[in-house]
Amino acid sequence: MTLDLGFLLGQFLAALASASALFLVASGLSIIFGVTRIVNFAHGSFYMLGAYLGYTITEALPTGVLGFWGGTLVAALAVGVIGAAIEIVVLRRIYRSPELFQLVATFAIVLIIQDATLYVWGPVERLGPRAPGLDGAVQILGEYVPEYDLALIAIGPVVLGLIWLVFHRTRWGVLVRAATEDREMVGALGVNQSWLFTTVFFLGSALAGLGGALQVPRESVSLLMDLNIIAEVFVVVVIGGMGSVLGAYVAALLIALFNAFGILILPEISLAVPFIVMAVVLIARPWGLFGRPESGEHQQALSEEPLRPLGLARRAAILAGVAGLAGLAFLGGRYGVVLATDIVIVSLFAASLHFMMGLGGMASFGHAAYFGISAYAAAFLATYAGLSMLPAMLLAPVAAMLAAAFFGWFCVRSTGVYLAMLTLAAAQIVWSVVFQASEITGGDDGILGVWPDKWAKSREVYFLLTLAIGAMALVTLQRIAHAPFGYVLRAARDNRLRAEAVGVDTRNHQWAAFVVSGVFAGIAGVLFVFAKGSIFPDELAIPRSFDALLMVLLGGVQSVFGPLLGAASFTYVRDEISRLEYWRFIFGILIILVVILAPDGIAGGLQRLWRWIAARAGFRRVTPDKAEGA
Amino acid sequence: MAAAAAAMLGATALGTGALAEEPIKVGELNSYTRMAAFTDPYKKGWELALEEINAAGGVRGRPLEVISRDDDGKPADAVRIAEELVSEDEVVLLWGTFLSNIGLAVADFAAQREVLFVAAEPLSDAVTMEKGNPYTFRLRPSTGMQARMLAEVAAKLPAKRWATVAPNYAYGQDAVAKFKTALTALRPDVEFVGEQWPGLFKIDAAATVRALDAVEPEAIYNVTFGGDLAKFVREGQLRGLFKGRDVVSLLTGEPEYLLPLGAEAPEGWIVTGYPVEDLGDDPNHKPFLEAYQAKWGELPQLGSIVGYVTLKAVAAAIEKAESLETEDLVAAMENLTFDSPVGPVTFRDIDNQATLGAWVGRTALKDGRGVMVDWSYADGADYMASPEEVAATRPAE
Repeated sequence: MTLDLGFLLGQFLAALASASALFLVASGLSIIFGVTRIVNFAHGSFYMLGAYLGYTITEALPTGVLGFWGGTLVAALAVGVIGAAIEIVVLRRIYRSPELFQLVATFAIVLIIQDATLYVWGPVERLGPRAPGLDGAVQILGEYVPEYDLALIAIGPVVLGLIWLVFHRTRWGVLVRAATEDREMVGALGVNQSWLFTTVFFLGSALAGLGGALQVPRESVSLLMDLNIIAEVFVVVVIGGMGSVLGAYVAALLIALFNAFGILILPEISLAVPFIVMAVVLIARPWGLFGRPESGEHQQALSEEPLRPLGLARRAAILAGVAGLAGLAFLGGRYGVVLATDIVIVSLFAASLHFMMGLGGMASFGHAAYFGISAYAAAFLATYAGLSMLPAMLLAPVAAMLAAAFFGWFCVRSTGVYLAMLTLAAAQIVWSVVFQASEITGGDDGILGVWPDKWAKSREVYFLLTLAIGAMALVTLQRIAHAPFGYVLRAARDNRLRAEAVGVDTRNHQWAAFVVSGVFAGIAGVLFVFAKGSIFPDELAIPRSFDALLMVLLGGVQSVFGPLLGAASFTYVRDEISRLEYWRFIFGILIILVVILAPDGIAGGLQRLWRWIAARAGFRRVTPDKAEGA
Repeated sequence: MAAAAAAMLGATALGTGALAEEPIKVGELNSYTRMAAFTDPYKKGWELALEEINAAGGVRGRPLEVISRDDDGKPADAVRIAEELVSEDEVVLLWGTFLSNIGLAVADFAAQREVLFVAAEPLSDAVTMEKGNPYTFRLRPSTGMQARMLAEVAAKLPAKRWATVAPNYAYGQDAVAKFKTALTALRPDVEFVGEQWPGLFKIDAAATVRALDAVEPEAIYNVTFGGDLAKFVREGQLRGLFKGRDVVSLLTGEPEYLLPLGAEAPEGWIVTGYPVEDLGDDPNHKPFLEAYQAKWGELPQLGSIVGYVTLKAVAAAIEKAESLETEDLVAAMENLTFDSPVGPVTFRDIDNQATLGAWVGRTALKDGRGVMVDWSYADGADYMASPEEVAATRPAE
């Protein structure tokens, strides 16, 4: 490959065009986060909606320059209206919930928009028209540069300038900046927050829609667009500093350049490049390039009941639960066994995440990494090293432990959303390496033929094995939570300053918790790989991490039973409805209902229900320190 | 024992009719949302076949029922759904799938759970060769067979410097390797000067096109399809990649990939595909064409044939088998010959591959859309792997 000047310039211009496209979407997300503090995973869906609407509207309008650009603007505004509507109908009801709970709601919106788009536009990809007047290419230094790319290169800075004008020359913009700085104070000064939030959502969504609509001449419009872009957009926002629009532009540029030139130097890990950049930036500047430390005094600490050792009654209840699950499995026939196996595995996976989230106070957006690494390790041991099942199961979680120790060391140096973003970066790096190292991992084809040994081949025997290992692991996690280590961990979570004042090395304790959590996720991973007989990169990807996050949050972070309840109901309900054509839509609605009705999760909701019934029935066995949900 | 149960039931007031009506269930899975362009005509194809089968009295005197599921384009989901179909719905066999990695995953599952799997579309040679197993059969001509068909034409081109572009998974890797082997055998003087491996549905078309252009090939072998193909074609035309270069392209002549390109469809590419508009006079094809158009009011696409023929094969196997037990069904599949819109097709017993062929021709523009011209039908039987190759590659049973 000749690396002459023309080629480098071509690569540079292509990078600038991608940067503009990325910036439009990222700026909207950054603005939304800055003001509302919502980690909006539905932002990619707004982008996708913008593309579909842009396609449909420009097709309907007369072809021509005016039709195309007019249609693009209309599509952006329409997406803005949809975003505002979602804010009013759903998100407004949950601003008081813990920060991460809103993330669950936005994930439900992703599911709903997926199926709504499928319903309206159908599953076939649409190839939109090229931009009228910009459908050719010009030659610069012998390189073909598409005219439309040149337009995009200009659009990015123009939009950046417009946003700057709005933010610095209008009263609304001043309020937005003030709210980004300190939204409680803005509220205290009498500004109507609901109105501010809705308008911010409108602007942010419209920007995402614009980004999507402008993508129509470059690629075919498909249902994959939302998840394909969301990770990269988050990377850009985090690198730039959450809430900073200028930061988003600089970061988009940085990522696009690294992508364009990284692919020339290290094509093998090109997918990992943005995440490596993000990890490096966050380690050097924990709040991104242009971000500021979150003002600590406003952080909502989760006020939680202290954990109490389980009473006899509860222990009996657990035993009954295990026995019940076993019984159910066998009464449910062959498929009951399969489903129960899945439930045990995801329960353990969710419980391992809960350990670091609930007890350690560290949310992870990338917990699937440890689940997947261990599963892959087991697959390697079984196929390449020819180990039989039990030794492979025993050894594989060591890989998860090492990975958790490595990534955890970096992650625990950060807090809150930024820590979560580092875990996401770690998981995405692992995912891209596994995905691209196809000689070893099989890439998209995965590793097949990782079946249990003959004695455990039948579904029933394997279920019992899973149940035994899973139950032991869960009990062990419980023991750790109630050991002195668990107490210290919770102290560090609730008040880092005081914990350190009494001499606790909080960071090392959190690191250790990270590793423990990774190991138990790894145990779930080995159980998984032998249950399915195969492993694919999807098991390390964002949706798998989010499944766990959803289970923990929906189940209830504040209860030890939360993740188990969450995992069981999540798996069972999804299995029940997944045969329906638009099951994602239904699932999304169900999640939103839980989020609104039980902001403390299913466990918390059930507890409140029980107390309510108990109070009604007149027997007052209510705990003395009745710290109801947050 | 089943007979005893039947006798007992028959003795009740219900009569024997109730039992005879009990349908035979087969489990089908495919990427209905992820690969809709192909799977929509595919589904229409097998629905037509199902209608015809049941109108003619079903199979073994019982109606045939297809339980169809969407695998979401993910192999892990496909394995989960295959398990559901087998253990919850208790289907007698599995069939379907599109992507090669999904086909391979389901094939592995089928071998483990000892259930028959008839792969409709996954083309990777590995399905019947390197990772072949006694429970898995495949209908469509493999990448190896199609690559040999294309290489015959490509060998006649003057081009010596070749570059390849293919999605980076089982199908793409196989398709490139097999084409290289086939072309080099016919033309030892060609050299392959560059290759691009964009992720499936993750193509960065601009980068891919620029990289291909940079190695200055005389001809390009393309394996991308669907949305990746659309992006590749658009960027390639924009940046002048195809100017003065021959392009040989797998599957691009299939209406499901050619039609979405509209007037941007490339001209003069050497492709495998389906020249449906020219087949109205073919005596084998005519009844299918007419029935399909009568039912759906549109022309069939290649997926329609695949769906239609696969279900016909499944029905023929069930009819021929001694019982509905897996081993009898597998035995029935071996050397099974049945009629299809391209004439009789046989599942060869040494590698479980069917003799279905493919149409080879060139793309052209007609009325603002892509069509196939100068085509001929290549019978699969002429391009199958040799028995020696099968013996050397396929795992011993």
